[in-house]
Amino acid sequence: MTVATTAPPDAAQQAAAQQAARRRSARRAARRRRLTVLAFMSPWVVGFGVFFAYPLVTTAVLSFTHYDLLSSPKFIGLANYRFMARDPNFWPSVRNSAWMILIAVPVTVAFAFCVALTVSKAKRGATALRTVFYLPTLAPPVAATLGFVFLLNPRTGPINQVLALLHLPQPLWFDDPHLAKPSLTLLGMWGVGAIMIIFLAALLDVPVHLYEAAALDGANAWQRLVHVTLPTISPVILFAVITGVIDGLQYFTQGYVAGTVAGGGDAGAGSGSSLGYPEGSTLFYPVWLYQQGFQYFHMGYASAMAVVLFVISLVVTAALLRSARHWVHTASGSW
Amino acid sequence: MKSRHGMLAATTALLLLSACGGGSGGSVSAPPSPKSHKPVTITLWSGFTGRELGIIGRAVQKFHASHSWITVKSVGGQDDDKIVKAIRGGNAPDAALSFSADRLGSYCSSGAWIDLGSYIKRDKVDVNSFPKPSQGYTSYQGTRCALPALADVYGLYYNTDMLKAAGFSAPPKTASELMRMAIKMTTYNSDGSIKVAGFVPMFGFYEMVPAHIAPSWGAKWVGADGKSSLASDPHWATMLKWQKKFVDAIGYDKLKRFTASTGSSEFSASNLFETGKLAMNVDGEYRTAFINSEHPELHYGTAPFPVDDAQPGLYGAGYVTGNLIGIPKTSTGDKREAAWELVKFLATDTGAQVLLSNGLRNVPTTVGALNSSALTPDPQFAKFLDIYQNPGTDSTPVTASGSADQDLLTAYVDKWQAGSGGDIHAGLKKVDGQIDDELAQSDGGAP
Repeated sequence: MTVATTAPPDAAQQAAAQQAARRRSARRAARRRRLTVLAFMSPWVVGFGVFFAYPLVTTAVLSFTHYDLLSSPKFIGLANYRFMARDPNFWPSVRNSAWMILIAVPVTVAFAFCVALTVSKAKRGATALRTVFYLPTLAPPVAATLGFVFLLNPRTGPINQVLALLHLPQPLWFDDPHLAKPSLTLLGMWGVGAIMIIFLAALLDVPVHLYEAAALDGANAWQRLVHVTLPTISPVILFAVITGVIDGLQYFTQGYVAGTVAGGGDAGAGSGSSLGYPEGSTLFYPVWLYQQGFQYFHMGYASAMAVVLFVISLVVTAALLRSARHWVHTASGSW
Repeated sequence: MKSRHGMLAATTALLLLSACGGGSGGSVSAPPSPKSHKPVTITLWSGFTGRELGIIGRAVQKFHASHSWITVKSVGGQDDDKIVKAIRGGNAPDAALSFSADRLGSYCSSGAWIDLGSYIKRDKVDVNSFPKPSQGYTSYQGTRCALPALADVYGLYYNTDMLKAAGFSAPPKTASELMRMAIKMTTYNSDGSIKVAGFVPMFGFYEMVPAHIAPSWGAKWVGADGKSSLASDPHWATMLKWQKKFVDAIGYDKLKRFTASTGSSEFSASNLFETGKLAMNVDGEYRTAFINSEHPELHYGTAPFPVDDAQPGLYGAGYVTGNLIGIPKTSTGDKREAAWELVKFLATDTGAQVLLSNGLRNVPTTVGALNSSALTPDPQFAKFLDIYQNPGTDSTPVTASGSADQDLLTAYVDKWQAGSGGDIHAGLKKVDGQIDDELAQSDGGAP
């Protein structure tokens, strides 16, 4: 006689079947969840793929080709990258862009902070001041640049006319290779409204008790600024610097328009007769990239320049974020 | 992992194939002349707008009258960037008229515009019916992918009243005369700034660019070895030294302030020559139409640009560039055949050329039209017809790099005239290297 020590075969099969059904059900549920998530994410996924990933990968691929926009690209290996070292306008354009990043960006960020600080301390008319300083942000970059070229016209511009009345020297501004970039920096300072508003919000958010405690400890205004205000808003400063540096790396419109118009052109794309006017001082990296790609039909080389710009952007941003550990403070401590 | 690599490879291949579009074109053989005249509608793009587009429309009507089976839709306001985008997108017009001869090299070398050679041969079009300079800027390395459709010719404009007031009875014929007369005619405000300029020798001012006056020194862009010859051709240095001497005689700073005040007035009624603030100027034949329309009261004359004192025989020549008309590679079959008929008509038909020249005030580009009694030039415009037909008249070389050669030289002379160009021979040699590098890049890859 045999004693059955296990469940009857049909019961075991039934349990296994139930378990399998539960697993299938769980998998279906998980798939539904994934599909739901994907459906919600799909606009972003499509946008990211079409407008970022695809152009990025395409640019990287084209950077290894000779491509004139009209015929099929031809693989040429690293020749485009090697040519950068010999390209006579490559390093001057790098220097011009570096000037904007190392001088114009800190000056503009500092100016935006000072304006925000002034507005935050204003007892009366703060709203009007905010509006006045923010308004230039609404001007399209081309129109704003044309306006500045007019204002700073060496002969007919109102600025030089006032300087003449005061018997002061009248600079050539956009027509002087030493003053063209400082003139563009002035334009940048005029349009600091957006970052000024962010600084202002951060300044108004600094806890009052920190100032009170510092005052009780005998800190004067400067010490309160250095030891309370700046550390508290340091994440915003980091944001301003990173976005400023990225804008500086991509600096194109204002430089191109100012150089073209001051050089006697009509600011329409397609004429390189006043390229970098005056004397190459406004030939920024993206301007040279554009010229190579769309005026000289060297899209492969322009793509290589774009890849280098992308890598530099990544490295600079990473370096800034890494340095933030030493000077950016958050509610939970250091960055 | 393997499938990821596979996907990456497939994606890369797809990108290479699809991202760049295009495909080859250009080299074509014309089919036999069509015997049937099946009705067909084609599109012609040009950069003209307003009144000028109307003139094109009249020429197109004339074409339709003789080619009744072909209907042409003329679309204006289309520049070269739009033409390039349309070719890449596969929706280009059947025929395109470009204002920029600088683009020809790119259109021909890439095959974006078809080689017209076999059509020209089939229909026995006489290329010599186009004056030599226009033959030059419509072909690239032996490939003729465009025909000329009116030209821009440059010369000297002078204000006759101002010349007379300064005691001159004729325009200058040599570079030194131009400098002497201009300095005498330049007047100043009490603060020392220029009130009226005799001539503005600054490169970059209006049409005063090296390319436009180079034929007056016989300066050549390319040497026998096919390389840039700015340093090896001594005429460039002679021309630039004359220009620098001229600038220094008036004062760089004064000229800079004077030109800075002009803004974008060149193509407006405030043009300094038109408003009497400039006694002499280098400009194209089209200025006569601007003056007739904007300042008919102006008393002026036109002449060839003054030449190098050491080469008086060059007097009479000038610089020429012009419009191109061709067939984008996307036009096929009956439409391509009809487009060729239109291109041929606009470029070679004497009646069409005369109609366009009289209406647009550009120089016609066939010998027949230049000698046509139906051409109605005023005395000022007629001078440009003479300059165009002068054997010394020259154009800039056609390259696959667009205007890179001119831009690179302009960038150098910008420094040169400011006094920071250094040794001229070394400077020009450096520009030669830059130009050769750009051309090498266009010929198939970075050097």
